[in-house]
Amino acid sequence: MSQAVAPSDDAPFDAVLLYVFTGVAALASMLAAAFTPDPLFRFHSYVLMAAFTVAFFAISVGMASGKLKSDPTRYADGVIRAGVIATMFWAIAGLAAGALAAAQLSWPNIFYNADLPFLNFGRLRPLHTSAVIFAFGGNALIATSFYVVQRTCKARLAGGVWPWFVFWGYQLFIVLAATGYLAGITQSREYAEPEWYVDVWLTIVWVAYLLVFLGTIWKRKEPHIYVANWFYLAFIVTIAILHLVNNAALPVGLLETKSYSAFAGVQDALTQWWYGHNAVGFFLTAGFLGMMYYFVPKRVERPVYSYRLSIVHFWSLIFIYIWAGPHHLHYTALPQWAQTLGMTFSIMLWMPSWGGMINGLMTLSGAWDKLRTDPVVRMMVVAIAFYGMSTFEGPLMSIRAVNALSHYTDWTIGHVHSGALGWVGFISFGAMYCMVPWLWKKERIYSNTLIEWHFWIATTGILLYIAAMWVSGIMEGLMWREYTPQGYLANAFVETVAAKHVENIIRTVGGLMYLSGAAIMSYNLWRTVRMPGTAPAGSQAMGAPAAPQLAAAE
Amino acid sequence: MNGLSYETLARFAQQGGTIYFGLIFAAGLIYALWPRHKEAFDRLAHLPLEKDESDHV
Repeated sequence: MSQAVAPSDDAPFDAVLLYVFTGVAALASMLAAAFTPDPLFRFHSYVLMAAFTVAFFAISVGMASGKLKSDPTRYADGVIRAGVIATMFWAIAGLAAGALAAAQLSWPNIFYNADLPFLNFGRLRPLHTSAVIFAFGGNALIATSFYVVQRTCKARLAGGVWPWFVFWGYQLFIVLAATGYLAGITQSREYAEPEWYVDVWLTIVWVAYLLVFLGTIWKRKEPHIYVANWFYLAFIVTIAILHLVNNAALPVGLLETKSYSAFAGVQDALTQWWYGHNAVGFFLTAGFLGMMYYFVPKRVERPVYSYRLSIVHFWSLIFIYIWAGPHHLHYTALPQWAQTLGMTFSIMLWMPSWGGMINGLMTLSGAWDKLRTDPVVRMMVVAIAFYGMSTFEGPLMSIRAVNALSHYTDWTIGHVHSGALGWVGFISFGAMYCMVPWLWKKERIYSNTLIEWHFWIATTGILLYIAAMWVSGIMEGLMWREYTPQGYLANAFVETVAAKHVENIIRTVGGLMYLSGAAIMSYNLWRTVRMPGTAPAGSQAMGAPAAPQLAAAE
Repeated sequence: MNGLSYETLARFAQQGGTIYFGLIFAAGLIYALWPRHKEAFDRLAHLPLEKDESDHV
């Protein structure tokens, strides 16, 4: 046993490095579990210890069998296949958490149980947002970025086994974040709820991701860096910066879960929304635009409509987005000029956003018939349409006078979901439908009819969702600002909640429909993977179907 | 330090920011529209269409 575990002489350096890293990390988390006075920190130390120990033994077995050597003449597709599976798994989990949260708002007497703190709405809501944004969206981004960067650079992923570290390390981050929320561990920063030690872990994983991506670009055989890689790179680099600054905090102790932010007061609010809005701009927009610029031309077999426009799209988008955050802080202690600055830059975003939307849609020039025949193309085109719609609505809502009505209402929730379900979800589903046959060497997706069902059920679900939220959002906004002739507020808050009951139910139905679509898709992809492959004719010589061809050749 | 008032700093930031953004945007436009780049950009626009679904580099 000890012989098998010891790294052999010709074990690749990257694997040995990861081997040592996981071994040391397993030991460190064991010590943390032993010495911490904080039961929640001990629970997470056990999770870390289990993960690192399993990884340690997996790497030792892999090294002993010589399987961890990477072949530079082949693309590293295994980690992408794992990414596709993880994407669909977290999509189902995150959407189900959202549906449950919506059911709690619709029927609190049935779905809200005061004796079950783990599923309290306050814990379930960040579980839902993180699961769909970071787990579903993040896995889709990592998987597609690994696919796109290899194909457009004509080089295998850099770093040997480290892309697998990025994949599993990211899943570990998700598990730590999700279990932490349910256990009540949070630093209460929206979309950045994980506590300091989970943030440190994500930083390590993210730096590895950046190095793998940059290393692959460095090895490229194509002289230019394709525009999709620029978008992916902007996403990776900016998320790293946002994450580091917004999560600057001082832990109560090195073996404690609790920490306090380095910022206070309005500076804290500004930092949080600089982070929060750029998470939208760079995680939910730039990365998925990278997806659009590869998978849309590929699927419709037409070149990018205007490559020049894509360059202007890229530079103007990243330079303008970074300033839009203060529009989340209208009518707060933030100086008014800073609010106006955020609002102005948000409105300027109309230009790059719509330029990009036009570039994506016009790529279909000469191939518009595919909208009728290919439901995957239809899904991606609807995604781009939702991108255009939500990036029109967002700047509108950033205008101070509009924000006075929309802020804190369901309108914001509807806006976010038209972007997340319509744009992010559909462009990711489109990319997955494209990649699965390529990655598993199949001729096509198992059933086109099931893609049609997915498309129509999910699209109807989104429309129900956002229409209900527009109605309830504007209604509650108007009710909150309604005065009696005597100058008192006309409505108690609970009355505005009661007034939304029907809209909440419609929203729940819409969410369940979107979840059903994702379930249909998972089944369809699973059946695709189980279909017979399209291996070259020679390798099928032993199989029965190849025999008649052989006879004909004779 | 007495000479650097809030107003001075704010004016510098506002005007400097405008110029900075204007220059960056102009640089992006010039790069995108530079005639010599057209050939490479036309080729790059077709890059995703290459048949590269196999796992061979």
